[in-house]
Amino acid sequence: MSNILALAQKELRSYFMSPVAYVVLGLFAVLFGVFFVASINLMVQLSMGQFGAGGPQIVNINEFMIRPLLGNTAVVLLFMLPMLTMRSYAEEKRSGTMELLLTSPLSNFQIVMGKFFGAMALYTLMLALTLIHIGVLFWYGEPEWAPLLTGYLGLLLMGGSFISIGLAISSTTKNQIVAGVTTFAILLLFWVINWLGDASGTTTQSVLAYLSVLEHFDDFSKGVIDTTHLTYYGSFIAIGLFLTAKSMDRERWSG
Amino acid sequence: MVEVQHVTKRYGSLTAVDDISFSVERGEILGFLGPNGAGKTTTMRILTGYLPATEGRVRVAGFDLFDQPIEAKRRTGYLPETPPLYPEMTVAEYLQFVARINSVPAGDRQTLIGSAMERTSITDMANRYCGTLSKGYRQRVGLAQAILHNPNVLILDEPTAGLDPRQIIETRRLITELAGDHTIILSTHILPEVSQTCQRVVIINRGRLVAVDTPDNLTARLQGSQTLYLQIDTQGADPIPTLEGVAGVVGVTPADERRGVAAYHVDCGSATDVRRELSRVVVENRWGLLELRPLQMSLEEIFLQLTTEDAAPDTLEASSLTEADNAPVAETEAHADE
Repeated sequence: MSNILALAQKELRSYFMSPVAYVVLGLFAVLFGVFFVASINLMVQLSMGQFGAGGPQIVNINEFMIRPLLGNTAVVLLFMLPMLTMRSYAEEKRSGTMELLLTSPLSNFQIVMGKFFGAMALYTLMLALTLIHIGVLFWYGEPEWAPLLTGYLGLLLMGGSFISIGLAISSTTKNQIVAGVTTFAILLLFWVINWLGDASGTTTQSVLAYLSVLEHFDDFSKGVIDTTHLTYYGSFIAIGLFLTAKSMDRERWSG
Repeated sequence: MVEVQHVTKRYGSLTAVDDISFSVERGEILGFLGPNGAGKTTTMRILTGYLPATEGRVRVAGFDLFDQPIEAKRRTGYLPETPPLYPEMTVAEYLQFVARINSVPAGDRQTLIGSAMERTSITDMANRYCGTLSKGYRQRVGLAQAILHNPNVLILDEPTAGLDPRQIIETRRLITELAGDHTIILSTHILPEVSQTCQRVVIINRGRLVAVDTPDNLTARLQGSQTLYLQIDTQGADPIPTLEGVAGVVGVTPADERRGVAAYHVDCGSATDVRRELSRVVVENRWGLLELRPLQMSLEEIFLQLTTEDAAPDTLEASSLTEADNAPVAETEAHADE
């Protein structure tokens, strides 16, 4: 466990010693801010009754502001998290430090977990930045706690899935760009996969809908914790990390 | 301490290491010698568990590398060809990290890091970033990393590469010092290094074991007959007929001439030592004996002989095995004997 912690700290440190952490944190904060302002405007317009009849009315801030905001955030993450994982293995292979890790008394599992927790730590920091905006909401309004908490739990789990897939892909190549682009493409595929199901039969449709990574996030942002979704993200992460560990073995055998 | 049994490594149809077996005793320094691309680095990577062998077994400190890799790796320190440094860490932070991934208890870390830095003389570099270090310092930080956790076995891939002459001497001294309680395997293509630091030498060529022996034995073994270098002042007389008359002498050839004094190569059978008889004859003839010494075959010559002799054309197809260096090498005498 101490080994994993050492590895995770090393990962986090290298994010902050390179521009990666600053670029990702900065851009994410800007994008989140834009979405935040846009959602506020939308909600204000809604409450003024500008859409349809009736004049001013009370609008649920969780339903009409926070939920779409978190949904947009999920899409931004799909673009940004591949940037965190694309260098995880590529850099170590290029600089020869992979040789240090693989000849140290560490199991593949420990190395993978170290990298996973390192990336998760930075990702948690990204999410923590958004709490400033949420704080503003609490200052001026009265949002409900529970759906916010589940929403952030959902974001963490979904981000974890993105990171674990990103690691698995990074472990197969020495090239950062290839790792980044492939991760992005695969995540995009998991986002849009349910669109394929629209015209097909109900079984295919439901299978494809189940696979879609963003579909499972929706309930979390509504304040619902469903074991189906927990299982989905849990297995997504586990499979990603398992594939990473296996791919490290494969790399060694093929040499 | 280290046992290598029939280790083979193939990359597809390419055989990088072909059926190598040897063992290293506790406290011994074994030199791993071979031209570039001979399979030295591949073998070392197999010994450290970085690469799995296609066939064969490796035991380190009693632990099978395949069955108990963690235990074996815990007892191994490894300096790869390029020191595996994280440029964004300072030397002290890097060594701290290495200590932690090697499960060094928190209480011992500072002491061990301090002593590793002292032994490799990098203490004054502790707060420099690894990425800003010169080649020589990078190499030494790599070495500090390898010896940090007091491993039983040290595997050093070209430990003196990139160092200046003074650092090379220091590093060799350090390696010799470490040999007492560590078993050391070091690879090099610098031959004097081997004769100076190693107790035994493994010569490897094209992935095959060519010879395993002490440097002295290798020298002796390859020297079928002995040649003596003899410089005498005969004041103009021709000593060759007289010298050839000495029992045991096979032939005498003029060698060189220094300050007007002629020297000769005296070939003699390997069994007898003719030096006593030779000097007696020289003195009896009232010649001035200036120098008499056996001519040793240097390790360079042995190495060249082992790795270039009997170049057979049918082995040339395997030339793709050598990565960068196309040393003119082929089947060797010692291997052909097997």
